[in-house]
Amino acid sequence: MSFLIDSSIMITSQILFFGFGWLFFMRQLFKDYEVRQYVVQVIFSVTFAFSCTMFELIIFEILGVLNSSSRYFHWKLNLCVILLILVFLVPFYIGYFIVSNIRLLHKQRLLFSCLLWLTFMYFFWKLGDPFPILSPKHGILSIEQLISRVGVIGVTLMALLSGFGAVNCPYTYMSYFLRNVTDVDILALERRLLQTMDMIISKKKRMAMTRRTMFQKGEVHNKPSGFWGMIKSITTSAPGSENLNLIQQEVDALEELSRQLFLETADLHATKERIEYSKTFKGKYFNFLGYFFSIYCVWKIFMATINIVFDRVGKTDPVTRGIEITVNYLGIQFDFFYAISSSKSSNVIVLLLAQIMGMYFVSSVLLIRMSMPLEYRTIITEVLGELQFNFYHRWFDVIFLVSALSSILFLYLAHKQAPEKHMTP
Amino acid sequence: MASLDRVKVLVLGDSGVGKSSLVHLLCQNQVLGNPSWTVGCSVDVRVHDYKEGTPVEKTYYIELWDVGGSVGSASSVKSTRAVFYNSINGIILVHDLTNKKSSQNLYRWSSEALNKDLVPTGVLVTNGEYDQEQFAENQIPLLVIGTKLDQIHETKRHEVLTRTAFLAEDFNAEEINLVIEKRYSLRDSNQIPGFPDRKRFWGGTLKGLHYD
Repeated sequence: MSFLIDSSIMITSQILFFGFGWLFFMRQLFKDYEVRQYVVQVIFSVTFAFSCTMFELIIFEILGVLNSSSRYFHWKLNLCVILLILVFLVPFYIGYFIVSNIRLLHKQRLLFSCLLWLTFMYFFWKLGDPFPILSPKHGILSIEQLISRVGVIGVTLMALLSGFGAVNCPYTYMSYFLRNVTDVDILALERRLLQTMDMIISKKKRMAMTRRTMFQKGEVHNKPSGFWGMIKSITTSAPGSENLNLIQQEVDALEELSRQLFLETADLHATKERIEYSKTFKGKYFNFLGYFFSIYCVWKIFMATINIVFDRVGKTDPVTRGIEITVNYLGIQFDFFYAISSSKSSNVIVLLLAQIMGMYFVSSVLLIRMSMPLEYRTIITEVLGELQFNFYHRWFDVIFLVSALSSILFLYLAHKQAPEKHMTP
Repeated sequence: MASLDRVKVLVLGDSGVGKSSLVHLLCQNQVLGNPSWTVGCSVDVRVHDYKEGTPVEKTYYIELWDVGGSVGSASSVKSTRAVFYNSINGIILVHDLTNKKSSQNLYRWSSEALNKDLVPTGVLVTNGEYDQEQFAENQIPLLVIGTKLDQIHETKRHEVLTRTAFLAEDFNAEEINLVIEKRYSLRDSNQIPGFPDRKRFWGGTLKGLHYD
């Protein structure tokens, strides 16, 4: 009887999470696009729902809500479902949508997406070999095997993003790094942009006029088609068309220049807005936070180094570091996704997001275990088996360190390079 | 030759609706083989004989400014785009007939282009609320073009076309629905029936404005 009540509570909460994921998808991710394939939306919401349920189960564990046997049952069920989704469903659909975008393979989409999925499975399995996660007691398709691999990928992703976020956040918030941009600079660049556009237009006018006079004189310039057409065009070419080719090359170069100028101008506008924002109250508050966070992040990097050098395993570090930083900087990751998505690839992007999110959550569960008091660890240990948890912590530290250091290097180079570009007259 | 009068026309619309293909078709009389994203603005020129065949015939350069991006872009990108919106003589609004959102976004596009006199970072209606008053006093002629007609199933065509007719009415604009065939490499713009006629008519409205 109590099992039924517990199950109904769980199912209600899952439906709630599903609805929340659906809304988030509609309002935020697909704000500017039209949803054509509802499959993507469903998959995303389902992944979100099951990920949240896992955290909910941990909280229930700590609070002692619900019957312990029904909790155990739901843990197993939840884990199975989410592994099924992460390993079978989402990769298959990612492959399917990528293949659909390529025109050549359109006819045999299913076949190629199956092939892609098999490749993914092969590499996924090979991933486990160099890591100390194999345990001879369990079979090939057991939960431990799958979780360990998903866990490795998830922890790597978490550490990479945490490292980058830890470095990027102070850089973004602190106004110390803001280059000084004045209105004069922006106007000068805009003038250059418009001048370039005018040059392009005048050249195109010449081309259009030349083509028109050629057409009127009867020298219709047909594009060479076929083999003989190509041979003919090599040997005989009207002087008009040669001229056109020359101008066309100039136009191509100018167009490239105009694109560069446009991007630079947008960059300057963005910097100017950031400067203005930093003068407001909110901006000053975030600036202060930025200083605080930078000290915090430096300390965390230092601790990670100490852990690795002295072969220690941190007790609470990964959890606090991981959750705080990733929750704070999840916003930045979403911005990155907005920037690279378009109407064609939006489906693939969202599915990738769902995959990463699922892996994030699974590995968070793994890492959380370390910080929980002994009496609550039992359920996770029971369900997840004999995974080597220490390994995951060590791995997180290493990847976090590597990611943070390379982000520092990358941002330093980007920062140094930018002012030089604007200084050229 | 550069002494001909020029007419500047903006081509606006969401990403992927076919603005670059349209501009290429109009100016080069060819279908664009491999369209890619437009970064910033790409311009093309067409020589047009206004009121061809009549004694008042005059030749113009029509500059088609194809501005890339989306309505949801960051405000820095919007401020940069505003540079292209100076002294325009006409606007072509392009939307995808298979994508409802692109039609709805046309309101925001036209607001952005027509209100460029206001400071972009100032107080501006950003949630796309449509104000008919705004367009009533607008002098710049608008043309609404719907693309990808061939990708709509026969049975749904009527419904889609009525919806777009309302849209064009809202803007007080002329409307054309198009197919931009990608399979044929030589396709003269005369093959699109009625298009040259529209061009003449529209050229008329432009000319009227030009001398104001």
